[in-house]
Amino acid sequence: MAVTEVRISIHTTGLDPKDIAEKIKGQFPDQVIEVAEFRDQVSVIIKRDQVVAVLKYLHDDPVLSFDHLQDLTAVDYKGKKDIRFEVVYNLYSTRYRHHIRIRAQVPENDTKINSAVPVWSGADWHERECFDMFGIEFTGHPDLRRILMPEDWEGYPLRKDYPLKGPELDKDWPGFTDVLKRSKELREFDWEG
Amino acid sequence: MDINNIISPGLLDAFIKFGINLLIIILKIVVVLAIGLLHVAYATYFERKVIGHMQVRLGPMRVGWHGLLQPFADGLKLFFKEDIVPAKADKAVFYIAPIIFMAASMVNLSVIPFSYSFTIADFKISPVIADINIGLLFIFAMAGIGVYGIFIAGWASNSKYAFLGGIRSAAQVISYEIAMGLSLVGVMIMAGSLNLTDIVRAQEESVFGMFAIPQIIGFVVFSIAAVAETNRTPFDMPEAESELVAGYFTEYSGFRFALFFLGEYIAMIIMASMATICFLGGWTIPWYIKVVPFINYVPGIVWFLMKVYAFFFFFYWIRATLPRYRYDQVMGIGWKILIPVALANILVTGLVKIIITTMNGV
Amino acid sequence: MVQKEAEKILETRELSVNMGPQHPATHGVLRLVLDIDGETIVKVTPYVGYLHRGIEKLGESLSYFQALPLTDRMDYVSAMSNNIGYVVAVEKLFGIEAPERAKFIRTIVGEMSRISNHLLWLATHALDIGAMTVFLYCFREREWLLDLFEMICGARLTVTYPRVGGVRNDVPQEFLESLWKFTDEFPSRILEYETLIDQNRIWLQRTVGIGIISAEEAVNMGMTGPTLRGSGVPYDIRKHKPYDAYDKVEFDVPIGTTGDTYDRYRCRMLELRQSNNIIRQLIEKLPPGPVMAEDPKFILPPKDKMMPITHPTKDLAYFILEKACKGCGMCMRACPAKAITGEKKAPHKINQALCVNCATCLVTCKFKSATVVPGGKGLSDEKLAELAVAPDQLPEDIKQAQQLLVRQFEFIKKGPKAPEGELYVATEVPKGELGFYFVSDGTGKPFRMRLRAPSFIHASCLPRLCVGHLVADVIAAIGTIDIVLGECDR
Repeated sequence: MAVTEVRISIHTTGLDPKDIAEKIKGQFPDQVIEVAEFRDQVSVIIKRDQVVAVLKYLHDDPVLSFDHLQDLTAVDYKGKKDIRFEVVYNLYSTRYRHHIRIRAQVPENDTKINSAVPVWSGADWHERECFDMFGIEFTGHPDLRRILMPEDWEGYPLRKDYPLKGPELDKDWPGFTDVLKRSKELREFDWEG
Repeated sequence: MDINNIISPGLLDAFIKFGINLLIIILKIVVVLAIGLLHVAYATYFERKVIGHMQVRLGPMRVGWHGLLQPFADGLKLFFKEDIVPAKADKAVFYIAPIIFMAASMVNLSVIPFSYSFTIADFKISPVIADINIGLLFIFAMAGIGVYGIFIAGWASNSKYAFLGGIRSAAQVISYEIAMGLSLVGVMIMAGSLNLTDIVRAQEESVFGMFAIPQIIGFVVFSIAAVAETNRTPFDMPEAESELVAGYFTEYSGFRFALFFLGEYIAMIIMASMATICFLGGWTIPWYIKVVPFINYVPGIVWFLMKVYAFFFFFYWIRATLPRYRYDQVMGIGWKILIPVALANILVTGLVKIIITTMNGV
Repeated sequence: MVQKEAEKILETRELSVNMGPQHPATHGVLRLVLDIDGETIVKVTPYVGYLHRGIEKLGESLSYFQALPLTDRMDYVSAMSNNIGYVVAVEKLFGIEAPERAKFIRTIVGEMSRISNHLLWLATHALDIGAMTVFLYCFREREWLLDLFEMICGARLTVTYPRVGGVRNDVPQEFLESLWKFTDEFPSRILEYETLIDQNRIWLQRTVGIGIISAEEAVNMGMTGPTLRGSGVPYDIRKHKPYDAYDKVEFDVPIGTTGDTYDRYRCRMLELRQSNNIIRQLIEKLPPGPVMAEDPKFILPPKDKMMPITHPTKDLAYFILEKACKGCGMCMRACPAKAITGEKKAPHKINQALCVNCATCLVTCKFKSATVVPGGKGLSDEKLAELAVAPDQLPEDIKQAQQLLVRQFEFIKKGPKAPEGELYVATEVPKGELGFYFVSDGTGKPFRMRLRAPSFIHASCLPRLCVGHLVADVIAAIGTIDIVLGECDR
């Protein structure tokens, strides 16, 4: 039951992110498309075929030991790149304090990718949110359904071609239009006496 | 036609005596009810004030001077609120439940004595509505009937939350009744009677002055059981706001809610009165305090009320301070701790009494 | 045979209870569907999304400056921390360095909001378990902190005080004095709370052994912050990747052992004391200096330098020189008061009665025909035509003010141009790890703004914490993971 106060050191011991990218390239040479760097952070862009194998390698390898999935999200590059979607995994090692980013490309005509839940169970809700907002299906996910939008919503809000204001009133979500209709009916209420 | 020929003088006499007795009983009922209800109303006010001051705030301050008219404002509000009956609720049972609960609590007021009997103009008036010889047993029986009110309220509301709350509360009340009864057996052994007035008299004559001193274990068990019987914190799981909204009376609104509320506070008054009568010496003061010169002039009812108020403060104090037990922990305490302790207390008391009577006989 | 018959008659079913979106104990609009068997929980399904406001989508249409108030409303209990997270991320993206004093002030308010958040957590956690008095004691301290927030930035809840490049304004001296007094008295108040519940038998029975998670599982589920540290994992971003002034103060991080509710409670209580200590060190070491960076490429110009042409009480009049005006109509479209009239290709005119002195025409006109006449308020158009000079020949301070105003308009309308690239920056907010992932395409608005909220992940851990326990423990579990739905749903 003891909670102790620990003076954690600020001194970092992790690998250089470029070395980690080299390791990934060494292990999966045909999967890596590109390595990008910006402000000391390195992204490795890979194809989506063996993404779970790459993530598992990063998670299990004793020297890399990426045990913390910081973030799992998607980006819609409509009009800017050929392959429209990218699923982005931000990984961190709490032991060695190094960070890497994996971007897996997902084409528009076949928005499917394997789920990372077997590696990190925390990826569960992140992937549900990606599905909800972008329409990317994660095969192997235990319970893929909408999380932030209502269950019967149509459309994927964070895509670039989805309007900021939402759908027009006549094509809007039935839950909302029902409430509007009923409030109009109830406004004409006959008070007795 | 002489009236004496139709009704014999003896019969007329009896009728007149009956009439006067009836009048006195009705008067006593009115007085006790009025004072009891007033106490309930101001018990709610003082609870809010006391807990407020313990929580670094003031409590009601607006209605009347320092909020003294708050209970009337609350009562009026509850009286005028809309009476909502949930759809598909069992109507007859729904209506009866609060009445059963409150009636069972209020009936207990009729056996509680407030002082020794005194005579006024040749009439012996005893300040208890019904001076029965099994007063203590009667109170237990009525508490048992009160449990009906609780769980049929939960059932009739046709709501999962209320249902769960009703079951929990009923189970809790029944378990703690056993502990309460067992803790009072020690008092009965020491006093030798179930009549409440006799118990107080026994305390006045005993060397300790009040049974709380020799029966300290019984007193502690009784206090804990009293808190659990009335569903107060830390045993207020059935009406825990954060879990079941309000437990078995979630679906009640307006005046029916007021009836439940009244029933709960009257139960508190009954518990406090029983504690004063059985453990704290009722309206008498111990012989070692009687040596103070002018204390004898203070009427007994004042001591009675002071002890009841002290018990109330104890209730409020606990509510402000302690967190709430989980339901299985509540049942665990009632069955696994209080009942064995109370039984051990009875054993020891009985043994001591036997030893003393044998020694006295010898 | 008889057994099967008996089982058919006494068929039991699990009860499905809905702790709906409106409930006194779920902190915000969280819906839980509990499948219970008697009193034991078999399955918990959380439903979130009732407070979803589309902050990520909105961020894509607003510039980097305009998206800052959106982050206030995420974790509204500790608003300063969200702002600090956003500001640190944007500063790293642009490559701006805030001045020393600003970093110290940001750390001070960050720690104040950590104390404020933990006080609210303790108040609601204790209230749900039944200790009503702790609720009011904690709010007494929190009121002091919120009053201090109001002293420096005017708002208690939606502060927007840390800005890109520093903070909005400097702190007054009475703020520091009052804060110092607070840090003097706070340890004795913490002792008051602990006296009420820390060793209380009932509290221990309600929290020890409830919701145990091992260190490995906790990291795998994505937990961060005190929720993770209660299980024994020493992960604190303030120590791992320090930002602001955290590398200049000395503090310890409480780490638990068993990973139950009681350990997480103790972690947060010890963090209160540590934050108190950090604030004291920072106040002692606070350096003098400016509070906003001076980089002209990415920072809004200071308002006082623009006052010569925007101050409302100055007697300025705006005028369009007829000779220079080409009649393109840009100023007419841009004028917010609709005070400019004119035909196409003909010189435009400003209606002095409607003009509000906003200087939009001055900065919009590409042909340098709109100008300002100091001292011209109330004069007739002919007089103004005599006095007006071309914008190039105006006095120095007015010219500088005009350039700054042009920059301000550009930054506000289109946003400061960010370098192309992507960035993930995490900060330690009181609830865990708040991560910002920016993808920038070189314009003034973020191409993708992603907020990784700790409450979202912690809400997903709720089923794992509750299954196997009783209904009353669900309330303790919700309290211990410390979620706020504004952050969870964004």
